[in-house]
Amino acid sequence: MIQIQGVSHAIGGTPILHDITTTLPKGRLTALIGPNGAGKSTLLRLVGRLEPLQQGRITVAGHDVATTPTDRLARVMAILGQQTAIASRLRLAELVAFGRWPHHKGRPGPQDQAQVWLALKAFALTDLADRFLDEVSGGQAQRAHIAMAWAQDTDWMLLDEPLNNLDMSHARSLMARLRGLVDQGGRSVAIVVHEINYAAAWADHVIALKGGRVVAQGTAAEVLTEARLSELYETPIRVGTHQGRPLVLHHA
Amino acid sequence: MLGAMALLLAGLSAVWMLQGIGGGNRGFILGLRGTKLAALVTVATAIGVATILFQTVASNRVLTPSIMGFDALYVLLQTGLVVVLGGAGLAGLPPGPKFLSEIAVMTVLASLLFGTLLLRGARDVPRMILTGVILGVLFRSLSGFLGRILDPNEFAVVQSVSFASFNRVDATLLPWAAAITAAAVLAAWRLSARLDVLALGRDPAVSLGLAHRGMVLGVLGLVAVLVSVSTALVGPVPFFGLIVAGLAHGLMRSARHAALLPAAALSAAILLVGGQWLFERQLGQAATLSVVVEFAGGLFFLYLLLKGRIR
Ligand SMILES: Nc1ncnc2c1ncn2[C@@H]1O[C@H](COP(=O)(O)OP(=O)(O)O)[C@@H](O)[C@H]1O
Ligand SMILES: [Mg+2]
Repeated sequence: MIQIQGVSHAIGGTPILHDITTTLPKGRLTALIGPNGAGKSTLLRLVGRLEPLQQGRITVAGHDVATTPTDRLARVMAILGQQTAIASRLRLAELVAFGRWPHHKGRPGPQDQAQVWLALKAFALTDLADRFLDEVSGGQAQRAHIAMAWAQDTDWMLLDEPLNNLDMSHARSLMARLRGLVDQGGRSVAIVVHEINYAAAWADHVIALKGGRVVAQGTAAEVLTEARLSELYETPIRVGTHQGRPLVLHHA
Repeated sequence: MLGAMALLLAGLSAVWMLQGIGGGNRGFILGLRGTKLAALVTVATAIGVATILFQTVASNRVLTPSIMGFDALYVLLQTGLVVVLGGAGLAGLPPGPKFLSEIAVMTVLASLLFGTLLLRGARDVPRMILTGVILGVLFRSLSGFLGRILDPNEFAVVQSVSFASFNRVDATLLPWAAAITAAAVLAAWRLSARLDVLALGRDPAVSLGLAHRGMVLGVLGLVAVLVSVSTALVGPVPFFGLIVAGLAHGLMRSARHAALLPAAALSAAILLVGGQWLFERQLGQAATLSVVVEFAGGLFFLYLLLKGRIR
């Protein structure tokens, strides 16, 4: 479980998050939704200790992110931020291999190599393994970044807009993989998603943010209702159902 | 590749040491040449490793510690010392301990200053370059100002560190410089796996569990040590590191520091020893090497900027 208690955050004097208290349940796929600028990335970055906590307390599986050594946290959660630019010039396989760093600290063993290979395979990257990151498409690079987080093999995986740049088939296969991590692997996953129907189709738990506050949380069926979504996005939205799950129609 | 480079360096060194050696005074000539060779190799290693380290913390390939004003800071420190202690007082201090304490002060200052700068806005490369250039100008003009209030004899002491020359090497400093360089390079080498993670950039490095802040400050400290050594021995050479780092990246085609660090040190040593041999022995123009190196380095810097290769 990730517990967020009384977290407020300001950047350059401007308040971004206001006293957020919520939990992300263990063993579930949680989707963070909300309009642009709602504070989803900021909240995820605070959980992933990419940003220092200004106020409040966050624990991930019992580890306080403000006080737990960062290398310990790297074996509990993997976080992939929204900006994924990598400074050095790497081949895809090298990038993915860095996901094993928290476990081997620079001395990879055979099981690390096996994990890297599995991660490359899971994201259909084996043919591109020797290409440089700046010589592949945006979606392929995005998959390599996700594969790195995947190779980290942690109980928690936090992904900020992982569907960016992915085509429909890769987006779907990513969601299916995440679902598998949760259902078969017993892991917990949190993602920020923009395309609301991915949350509707795959998420167990949904947290809706707006203006730096939590405005709704609960199961997908509870949160993804016409009234809630119309208010959240300030635009009329219709919600139907398809195979027992909500289906959001935004072209009505 | 590294093996071939090491062989080339060994060959060059042999030629440097033994070329045209006659009967008389053999021991004396060998000693003289050996000192110079050791100085060149020390300086080359320091500059090569410092540049790679700095480019890794700064996440870009156009900056060198010198462009950012590290060596100007060292010169300023020297000038400040002359002002406070006087030229004679300075000359009276034992060279080894004096050098060590200068390096210690330099390391603290540089880590604080550049640490603050890098931990704040490292993403913004143009701003970084601008800040560095301005810092460099600031340090240089402060040294210049202090130089003006010194009397000419004392100013001569300062001047020797303010201009680059591969000919004038302070032999008393050399053993200290070599030992310090070796220690710093060993430390960098042992960090090489962590440097690989640092090179990914802040966010990925933090999410992989690297203690980012400590690492940045530590690496900047190493850079400060190495720059102090090279500046003390030959003066500021802003663009040489750029050529060397460019060569190391080009030759290794790998982002692993276990390969980049030795490659940078070796290519720097080959260029300096080879260049000095060419200019001193073949062309009889010992003084021009630093000028040529800087000219070529400056052109390379412009090329990198124009090609937009600023990451
Ligand atoms: N570095 C920054 N400086 C100033 N404001 C920022 C910065 N980063 C984000 N913000 C602001 O914080 C708010 C929340 O941003 P973010 O968490 O990225 O939103 P989301 O991911 O939900 O779209 C936005 O209003 C954004 O403008
Ligand atoms: Mg965002």
